[in-house]
Amino acid sequence: MEGAEEMSTTIEPTVRVETRRQPMPPRERLEQIFDIQHLDAIYGGKPAVKDVTMEVYKHLVTAIIGPSGCGKSTFIRCLNRMNDLIPSFTQTGTIRYHGTDICRSDIDAVAVRRNIGMVFQRPNPFPKSIHDNVAWGMKVLGIKDNVNERIERALTQAALWDEVKDRLKASALSLSGGQQQRLCIARAIAVEPDVVLMDEPASALDPIATQAIEELMHNLKSEYTFVIVTHNMQQAARVADMTAFFSISHGGEGQRWGELVEYDATEKIFTAPSDKRTEDYVTGRFG
Amino acid sequence: MSTQEVTGHGLRVDGLGRRKAVNRLMESLAWVAALIAIAILGVVVFSVARRGLPALNLDLLTKDPIPFSLTNQPQGLANAFVGTIVIVSLATLMALPVGILVAIYLNEFAPAPIRNGVTMILDILNGVPAIVIGIFVFGLFVVGHGQSGWAGAFALACLMLPLVSRSTMEILALVPNSLREASLGLGVARWRTTLSIVLPQSVGGILTGTVLAIARVAGETAPLLFVSSFVGTKTSWNPLHALQSVPVAIFELSESPDPADHARAWAAAFVLLMFILLASLGARWLATRNRRKMMGR
Repeated sequence: MEGAEEMSTTIEPTVRVETRRQPMPPRERLEQIFDIQHLDAIYGGKPAVKDVTMEVYKHLVTAIIGPSGCGKSTFIRCLNRMNDLIPSFTQTGTIRYHGTDICRSDIDAVAVRRNIGMVFQRPNPFPKSIHDNVAWGMKVLGIKDNVNERIERALTQAALWDEVKDRLKASALSLSGGQQQRLCIARAIAVEPDVVLMDEPASALDPIATQAIEELMHNLKSEYTFVIVTHNMQQAARVADMTAFFSISHGGEGQRWGELVEYDATEKIFTAPSDKRTEDYVTGRFG
Repeated sequence: MSTQEVTGHGLRVDGLGRRKAVNRLMESLAWVAALIAIAILGVVVFSVARRGLPALNLDLLTKDPIPFSLTNQPQGLANAFVGTIVIVSLATLMALPVGILVAIYLNEFAPAPIRNGVTMILDILNGVPAIVIGIFVFGLFVVGHGQSGWAGAFALACLMLPLVSRSTMEILALVPNSLREASLGLGVARWRTTLSIVLPQSVGGILTGTVLAIARVAGETAPLLFVSSFVGTKTSWNPLHALQSVPVAIFELSESPDPADHARAWAAAFVLLMFILLASLGARWLATRNRRKMMGR
């Protein structure tokens, strides 16, 4: 009878997917890479994300999921100061990266982005050749030795080498969307960042290209730390070790902002979430 | 209540005849307006060509004018063509770097209030009458120093500056932000992103704007009357002296009592007009090519 009661409290996940995740070590044994405390992100006086407190662990894939408009992209762009480019943007709170608060104004955003790379929602290769797309970043950032080996390695890691090795001089814009996105990933990892942020990297791609990108995240996480925004729950379930669920909160006078509802091991989020809103979202009753 | 007409096919038609008539009327009005614009250019080109072509020969471009000539010795306006080349080249050298840097600053680096303010100032500068610029440069450089090609070039540069920077700003705004983000996301500095990613994307467009600005100021007369018009008849490449220019020469010849002078003025006007037309066509060609390149092919 006890077993039957447990059955009734366990949520039947609608998302049943094969996972590549290995068993997670306990959280206290993991090394923190980001320690985010009470982060508020504000566009033109209106809060986009309020009071986010979470940690991101080294060599794990961390997924940010949630409905449209919950501030997932805003949040991930805070992690490498990409929002600095938006004039009306302000933020409060702290983001410690290896113990250093990278939000401080005396920290150079260029140095932050040098360590924390980014792959964007839409593929954005430079209008240069395939080779130069990967080589340019290295050249500008002063990586001068074994350039060709590094290019081959980055393209191989991004699962693109076999498709482009015979036409490295061709324009990057002649590649398909999925290939362009993998080229952008190769470009990002060729300069050897510490963290790679991915803002819905597969949203414009077909399932095969999506699978290639998920595989490369899985294969590379021993070298890098990935934070990925996705609106695709199956994707989060497949690739992420930790999952953060963001949702939209409503205040008076039509105000709305995103907030972190629940952050836990992916397994837990998808099978036994502790918040009703997470449960509604992952079981497909909302969003 | 609106009346409902029904055609033989059973389709509902509410006042279809009237709407069709209004449509035809507006379409014809737009056509007529377009024709008027084309006709004006056509008449100008035709009348300049009709009077200018007969007097057009190599002597016009290679021989200097001979003042109060009583013989039928061949003469031309070489001094004016050389003067215009020198003055416009110097003006371009002055206006181009400043104009492009202003545009880069405003589009890539300036905070929004500064960008809006300076953009408005550039638009006002663009609207300042050329003769006012002439008087300004006259007061600045010519009083006490005398006229010079430099002063003329500076006056034309003042006219070119807003043209170059505004057109460059528009081209820079066309460069997709995703490219800037791609570079900045790698940890590349802002200036390097601008230099290596944004500018190569816009070279063609910047060139187009520059050619149009050159075509525009090459025909300016008013500022040069003040600052570079008391000239001899000998060809000179030295901008420290006052230099003759094509528009000023046309103006002066038009006041001469000699019909041969009038003919040469028409011929010079034809050459100037052709230069401007060809430069504009060239700029259009560059712009199309550049747009194709920006689209990625």
